[in-house]
Amino acid sequence: MQRTTIKAWFLIHKWTSLVCTLFLLLLCLTGLPLIFAEEIDHLAEPHAEQPAAPGPARNFDDQVNTALAQYPGNVPLFVGWDPEANTMYVNTGARADTPPPQMKTALLDSSTGAVVPAAQFNEGVMYFILRLHTDLFLGLPGMLFMGLMGLLFAVAIISGLVLYGPFMRRQRFGTLRTGRSRRLAWLDLHNVIGVVTLGWALVVGITGAINTVAKPLEAAWQSEQLGEFAARYAGQPRPTTLASLQDAVDTALAAAPGMRPAFVSFPGTGYSGDHHYGVFMQGNTPLTERLYRPVLIDAVTGELTAQPQLPTYMSVLLLSQPLHFGDYGRLPLKILWALLDLLTIAVLVSGLYLWIKRGNTEARVTEIERAEKTGGAA
Amino acid sequence: MSRPSAPNGSPFTAPAWIAAASVLGLVSALVGDGIFDVVSWAVFAALVGLVVRAWVKRTR
Repeated sequence: MQRTTIKAWFLIHKWTSLVCTLFLLLLCLTGLPLIFAEEIDHLAEPHAEQPAAPGPARNFDDQVNTALAQYPGNVPLFVGWDPEANTMYVNTGARADTPPPQMKTALLDSSTGAVVPAAQFNEGVMYFILRLHTDLFLGLPGMLFMGLMGLLFAVAIISGLVLYGPFMRRQRFGTLRTGRSRRLAWLDLHNVIGVVTLGWALVVGITGAINTVAKPLEAAWQSEQLGEFAARYAGQPRPTTLASLQDAVDTALAAAPGMRPAFVSFPGTGYSGDHHYGVFMQGNTPLTERLYRPVLIDAVTGELTAQPQLPTYMSVLLLSQPLHFGDYGRLPLKILWALLDLLTIAVLVSGLYLWIKRGNTEARVTEIERAEKTGGAA
Repeated sequence: MSRPSAPNGSPFTAPAWIAAASVLGLVSALVGDGIFDVVSWAVFAALVGLVVRAWVKRTR
């Protein structure tokens, strides 16, 4: 590789890494407990024995009424089901467009309607960590900023791989020399761990960046696709008396056989326009349970309006979520995800050490050239 | 300390295999349960194992 080419890639790697390293450290550290968010939430909940065979599901309208009795004056926003527990959650808020941080949630036994004691999803330590991880408590600008850091991370990985070539041209894969100099030991460690985590880190970084544009993508989907159906109701106020939720879900189940409801959005929440229930159906495989299929039910008549296909960009967004969270292969995958997260922290810390002990750019470029020609470095 | 012997082939061969295996591990658990989960676990455990192996075989 030409010296000028090495220097260009070295500078790209150096500056993209430097700009994003501290934020990446924050993302890796906060991401660690978030991998186990479900397990931590269950630990925090009071232990309740699940009946071996739960009774038939209680009427959904009664469930909503029970939830509203917990939060008088609120309106229902979303309801959803946990396929692995016999529970149903009801999000409520003061207005139909209440943002998530201000929502109040009731968790109910699906059969009996008993209120299950559970922490609010938007309170507590885990929520604090989640906000730090996703938007630094800055809302959309914070999210987009973190997305930019994720993209810089991807560029740093690719430029690091390009520099790995000349470094390793005369070394066996996995070479780790700890006896010559501390700097060489850190450099080898950086190279070994960096190249082993390469594919995983690239996917997690890019899918993380995609997740940061979830809100703009959802807004685009709302205006493009759902706007088409909303246009039929132009000039009509949002209905105040709604058709039965139970009937809406039953209609959706009949319209999408073989699928189950994941969650339902009420009119005005931003997911199904002002005049529809949005019943979001999911399949039964790890893949299809991520790709929601919306069924729009007229919120006044309870009749089926449409089953729009999700646009490609929404499918990409939905698929990028598990690939970022690592929550789709049970506990062993989560543990391995956490180990790879720790290895990524090691790459970041070793990179920071190498920058502190850097010397000047020309010396580093000469070091890479020498490694390519003779196998010697540092 | 012996001088490193130049390995045959491109230095990018191993990273290419690792990247391909990573994609397999990432996708496998997404398309199914059971054996598909096990493939994912095996791939990522092998990646962690590569780092452990490098550490065990380090030259002092």
